Amino acid sequence: MTIQEIQNEIIDEFSMFDDWEERYQYMIDLGKTLPLIDAAHKTDNNIIKGCQSKVWVHANMEDDKVVFTADSDAIITKGIIAILIRVFSNQHPTSIIEANTDFIDDIGLKEHLSPTRANGLVSMIKQLKMYAIAYQTQLN
Amino acid sequence: MSNTQNHTGFNVEIIRQDFPILNRKVNGKPLIYFDNAATSQTPQQVIDVIVDYYTNYNANIHRGVHALSQEATDAYEEARIKIQNHFNAKHSHEIIYTSGTTHGINLVANGFSSVLKKGDEVIVSALEHHSNIVPWQMLCERTGASLRVIPMNENGELILSEFDSLLNDNTKLVFVNHISNALGTINPIESIIKKAHSVGAAVLVDGAQSCPHIKPDVQALDVDFYVCSAHKICGPTGVGMLYGKEEWLNKLPPYQGGGEMIAEVSFEKTTYANLPHKFEAGTPNVCGGIAFGAALDYMNSVGFDAIANYEHELLNYATQQMLQIEDLKIYGTAKHKTSVISFNVGDIHPYDIGTILDKMGIAVRTGHHCAQPIMDFYKIPGTIRASFMFYNTKEEIDTFISALKKAVMMLS
Repeated sequence: MTIQEIQNEIIDEFSMFDDWEERYQYMIDLGKTLPLIDAAHKTDNNIIKGCQSKVWVHANMEDDKVVFTADSDAIITKGIIAILIRVFSNQHPTSIIEANTDFIDDIGLKEHLSPTRANGLVSMIKQLKMYAIAYQTQLN
Repeated sequence: MSNTQNHTGFNVEIIRQDFPILNRKVNGKPLIYFDNAATSQTPQQVIDVIVDYYTNYNANIHRGVHALSQEATDAYEEARIKIQNHFNAKHSHEIIYTSGTTHGINLVANGFSSVLKKGDEVIVSALEHHSNIVPWQMLCERTGASLRVIPMNENGELILSEFDSLLNDNTKLVFVNHISNALGTINPIESIIKKAHSVGAAVLVDGAQSCPHIKPDVQALDVDFYVCSAHKICGPTGVGMLYGKEEWLNKLPPYQGGGEMIAEVSFEKTTYANLPHKFEAGTPNVCGGIAFGAALDYMNSVGFDAIANYEHELLNYATQQMLQIEDLKIYGTAKHKTSVISFNVGDIHPYDIGTILDKMGIAVRTGHHCAQPIMDFYKIPGTIRASFMFYNTKEEIDTFISALKKAVMMLS
């Protein structure tokens, strides 16, 4: 699936929720259940320090596609990471570089991607794109 | 349960009518504002003063010959006298307007650059806000002085016997907050000031967290410097005050150069203005200063005794309710503390609880509260901090408790 198709799928899923509680419960469940990163990659080198929560990101290249794994110490942040990984991971670097995150607004989670929120997510998205640019350069 | 009227005649329902913001909704729910230790809300009486200033007499002060400038200057200087009276300073020129607590601290720290030398010692407490740690580290780097720290115990109280052993003839400065922003501990500054003076050291007290709850008497305390911000005392942001004893303020060099702070300027030499103008370079926050005075008028009209009694009731009520919640741990259990409760529930991240509470219209602060050394002491990433002011109610605490239980249920 393309990034756009995955984003549309997520928007569809979230449209089924009636209120914030259901949305957040879903995010929390995502945060609780998904194994997002290999413990060996949860190193200080891979850490993005937000003032509020920490985020770890790891990337590697498999068959011209970038595979991301990530984690956070806060579960709601981790739930959002799960969604971002679903969108960005296993995609070609060019698609990652060109992708935007407007869908986060459509699913009612915009406030978490505010640069002033200091939860590490904005820096994480930048980091994902940086990895994609680096791998793109390798491919060229 | 009725809490609207207590024995001092304090009526919270009438007080709440002074604060228009308390009527708004957040995420569809009535706002419950428990982030008062970060900034307090503004009563209509202060908002009116701000509107009146910009509507009727906005002007630059001190050197104008026209009516507006004179009116603005008078109001600004009257506010300085209100501040002087509130803190019981001996002279009005011992009150320096600042942009806030951090500015006041930096002004003193910078001034001491020319006083300290290698081998001198500066003492800070383990309970400090970053704004009261970093300027001293910078000062020590500049001067070669060394920084010592008064440690704290598990309850979040300073260990005074350790302070005694840190004091010696090399101690030149002691910096301590009156009340800890992260834990609410009220520090025994009377005793700290006496001990520091016994070795000839000066003392700066950070009153950012105390001034909303206590009316400090700087002469009775015999403190050398005292700083605070208006926005924690129902005033506007961007203005605060530094109190300094006249002899100290005369001794310290100016912090910033500019207009207002000079007596005479030539390219060969500039002579500085007298106090307080020596430390007030440039056009000040005129409206802010006037509104600061109005905020102190407002607080005094409510009455600090009534405020302290009522907030103490809120603190006890909230503490008892919160301790009923399984796995909830309160950080900062000092015998003397203000209406600040810093806590965590089990191993749930503070950010998660803060986020869910916000969805229910409740404003708390989460994180390390700019006091990372305290968080390191407890080995936690941060806490959730609920802080109450005299316009909060027990009903709000009840709603907060049910919301907190719901957040814990969702996150467990």
